[in-house]
Amino acid sequence: MWDMEAARAALPVVLSGFGVTLLATVLGFAVAVVAGLAVALVQRSAPRWIALPVRGLAAFVRSTPVMVQLFAVWILVPGLNALTIGVLVLGLHYATYLSEVYRAGIDAVPKGQWEACAALSLPRRRVWRAVILPQAVRNVLPSLGNYAVSLFKETPFLSVITVNEMVHEANSFGSTHFAYLESFTLAAVVFLLASWPTSLLVRRLEARLAH
Amino acid sequence: MNDLLPALPLSSGPPASGFLSSDLLSSDFLSSDFLSETVRALPSIAGGLLVTLEATLLGAALALVVAFALGLAALSRRMLVRGASRAVVEFLRGTSLYVQLFWLFFALPMLGFRLEPLACGVLAFGLNYGAYGAEVVRGSIAAVPAAQTEAAIALGMGPGLRLRRVVLPQAYALMIPPFKNLLIQLLKATPLLSLVTVADLTFRIDQLRSATGGTAAAYLLLLLLYFGVAVLLSAGMNALERSAKARLGQEGGGA
Repeated sequence: MWDMEAARAALPVVLSGFGVTLLATVLGFAVAVVAGLAVALVQRSAPRWIALPVRGLAAFVRSTPVMVQLFAVWILVPGLNALTIGVLVLGLHYATYLSEVYRAGIDAVPKGQWEACAALSLPRRRVWRAVILPQAVRNVLPSLGNYAVSLFKETPFLSVITVNEMVHEANSFGSTHFAYLESFTLAAVVFLLASWPTSLLVRRLEARLAH
Repeated sequence: MNDLLPALPLSSGPPASGFLSSDLLSSDFLSSDFLSETVRALPSIAGGLLVTLEATLLGAALALVVAFALGLAALSRRMLVRGASRAVVEFLRGTSLYVQLFWLFFALPMLGFRLEPLACGVLAFGLNYGAYGAEVVRGSIAAVPAAQTEAAIALGMGPGLRLRRVVLPQAYALMIPPFKNLLIQLLKATPLLSLVTVADLTFRIDQLRSATGGTAAAYLLLLLLYFGVAVLLSAGMNALERSAKARLGQEGGGA
């Protein structure tokens, strides 16, 4: 049954792991946002012999379990610490989701914008940086928010490669004090408290940008 | 690192140094040793694959039931029912699948209920993805034009008949593509089972890896098997979408 003492002891442990969870979320999502845009642009603009393999690789990464990818990279790539590997693998996995989001966002920019750029004979770089991308990013902002929340909830996968994020801490507290009920319940509550307001915020953003 | 999981069956931890260079070079990668071990382990791999498929399909079946229950409740005219559905969905989505599975496996026995490890997985997958699916069900039904419902009312159909004969067949075609994505997501979550002592595909291939030391080859094989299953599942869902659209007299489908 629920033991208040154990819960009180578990709370600081779980919260200290939450710091690592947040760090992994922020860094992982930063990787995903940048790499996802790169993948989307390569698929769109690079010559076929680059674009096609990139598309295939992205589909492969997208359709295979991130947990197996984490294990594989962790064991096959030496000399990087677990958090770095976790951030890179999780970030690149989400980059393959975000590349599709960006692609849709870019496709949704009206054709007239491209034609106006051509009429003004803007250089290609400026077309992308000053006209297309700002509108595309605005299109996809709510989706990016949803994926950020989703990545946050998948950071526990990093515990399989020994990153001491929240669930890892909850698990080790649970096993040493035989207090799984308290430690995992607290971890669940922290996840809920953090992800619910964020998803409400994303929904509000969605409603605002819809006009 | 042994404190990670008491039940962690995967022999994790980077191998001793010096191992890696040989691993990435051809000496072990697809060596005859790895191949013969793999052939010998084929029944075990096939067994693991079956467990993974079983967990995926049972989890998806439960998720479908949960999705329809919560999704239809979200469309109820009663505020209490809508609110309850919303709260359950937010709870199931907000607490992270990983934590839910571990809670069922480690914490629930402390309350006196012990479930089989595979049942923990199916329950966690079904509840978590069911909550995501509830949004799909709600959104797809809401996307069927209101005129369809009005026409059905004009023909004197009751609410149950309207839903069954007019609204759902149209909403169903809209649900399949997002359900396909959720199904692939669910498949990709199943390696979690290997962390709670279920001998799924990941578990079996990890045994092969330990037996042969062919790390790169084993993981490549594992990823390819998951990719193959994902491709088959999405082909199946595309076929479902085509048939659902054909029944509605629409063309195409299956991007």
